[in-house]
Amino acid sequence: MSGMDDLYRENILDHYRHPRHHGTLEKPDITYEDANPLCGDRIRMDLKIDQGRIADIRFSGHGCSISQAAASMLCEAVQGKTLEEVKRVGRDDVLEMLGIELGPVRLKCGLLALKTLKAGVYGIHQWPGEDDANEGEAS
Amino acid sequence: MKSPPKTRPAAAAAWAEPPVDAGPATGLDAAIVRADFPIFRTPREKPLRYLDSAATSQKPDTVLAAMDRYYAGYNANIHRGIYAIAEQATAAYEDTRRKLASFIHAASPREIVFTRNSTEAINLVAHSWGRSRLRAGDAVLLTEMEHHSNLVPWQLLAEAIGVELRYLPITGSGELDLERLPVLLADGKVKLVGVVHISNVLGTINPIADIARAAHEAGALTLVDASQSVPHCPVDVRELGADFLAFTSHKMLGPTGIGALWGRRDLLETMPPFLGGGEMIREVKLSGSKWNDLPWKFEAGTMPIAEAVGLGAAVDYLEDLGMDKVFAHDRALAAYAMERLVEVPELTVLGPPAPRRGGVVAFTLGDLHPHDIATVLDDEGICVRAGHHCAMPLHERLGIPASARASFHCYSLREEVDALVQGLHRARRVFAR
Repeated sequence: MSGMDDLYRENILDHYRHPRHHGTLEKPDITYEDANPLCGDRIRMDLKIDQGRIADIRFSGHGCSISQAAASMLCEAVQGKTLEEVKRVGRDDVLEMLGIELGPVRLKCGLLALKTLKAGVYGIHQWPGEDDANEGEAS
Repeated sequence: MKSPPKTRPAAAAAWAEPPVDAGPATGLDAAIVRADFPIFRTPREKPLRYLDSAATSQKPDTVLAAMDRYYAGYNANIHRGIYAIAEQATAAYEDTRRKLASFIHAASPREIVFTRNSTEAINLVAHSWGRSRLRAGDAVLLTEMEHHSNLVPWQLLAEAIGVELRYLPITGSGELDLERLPVLLADGKVKLVGVVHISNVLGTINPIADIARAAHEAGALTLVDASQSVPHCPVDVRELGADFLAFTSHKMLGPTGIGALWGRRDLLETMPPFLGGGEMIREVKLSGSKWNDLPWKFEAGTMPIAEAVGLGAAVDYLEDLGMDKVFAHDRALAAYAMERLVEVPELTVLGPPAPRRGGVVAFTLGDLHPHDIATVLDDEGICVRAGHHCAMPLHERLGIPASARASFHCYSLREEVDALVQGLHRARRVFAR
């Protein structure tokens, strides 16, 4: 059971079963949606901005436990933060929230929420400075 | 060179209603076969339960040894050297071509063109035949269950020269809707039908001979993606009546990096080269070149020689087992898996019933994401595939983002299916909401 404890710690399962900030916002100031083409995971982030701070944030979409839990944790972490602070959140922060090691395929699941949030905040498709391993898929 | 099998086994098309409840009576004892595969002897924390042979197969000792013998004993480039080991290497490379020709009952070894894999074989046809024979207004008919390898090359061709792409739909049971075939062929615009022999997701065995007959009557050629059939069942290109057939070594117990295109000789003879370079020419002048004979016209540059040698050993191994026995074994396991998987609540198997499928079983499990299923199974040493299996349009058609898939080969065991079922029960417990 040791491997399983590492991969599905209780905090991940908790966020997966009871996602925080789940849903959509009416008339969001920022909305962005992205997908992981490899596994079909899809996440949309809706943000309300008040004086440069995230007044409210919601995520929706579907995907594996890692991608959904990471989205839930990330929303919790950035609620109330300024956009400048959000821009400084990096992959290591998300991996720390998850608290587990991720292989290359699951890493993309774990970082999809961050990628979506950052793209929304920057207002661009690709934000600068994050590695984005891009494996293909065999049949 | 090995002599051809004594009795020619029936081709896949003739397997429409075979006995499924084969169990140990398939004539193949997987526990004994397994001993020939070093990956299962490698010490590891948990026993390896490899259920992903549709992605790539494991390799027997004889394949690895053949490649070692080449590198240690007669490593030399082919078709060039005058010296002894170069001739030995050339003979071994060409011997595999003859073995493949015999394996799929081609009329001549010249009809076998080595490629990197099935994907490259299909790209070769799309590029060489497609660009020289098709023009805007012509159509290529594919199916909704194609692997990306038999979709994207044609989409590139469509973008380049404006051919129309049509798709034969699938039915609710995950089989081709053959009633639509004459309708799609009726206007005579379709010049090629590209169809997968055995689906890598649904496991469906498609009636290639019927499709090829209808295509020919409508003036179209047929290209068969045999990636999941040549490695698993007897294939006779003459019985199938196809014009092109693509397959790959690494799914048939051979090494990666080599595959083959079979094509009717009269077609290959008149097709322009695919890649240009060394070996594919007869004469090069700065003003232009003349092409080499078949099949070397299509084999530019130094080819994967060691891999060809390994592939030859893989064909020998499969022929010794008997492809009819391999197929019966794979299908018996798929039938057993389907029988056991219904025990798991909320599990849905994709594709047709066991009598009409090969050794592939893909499924969904409630709202559990296949990645999560695969991760829990991995903890038990069980390797399954999770994702869209390079068939995104098919998954979209089925209305699911992804699926999990178990697939078998000659070394797969019933107890691995039992472990899979146990693992799925556990996955449901871990993710119970």
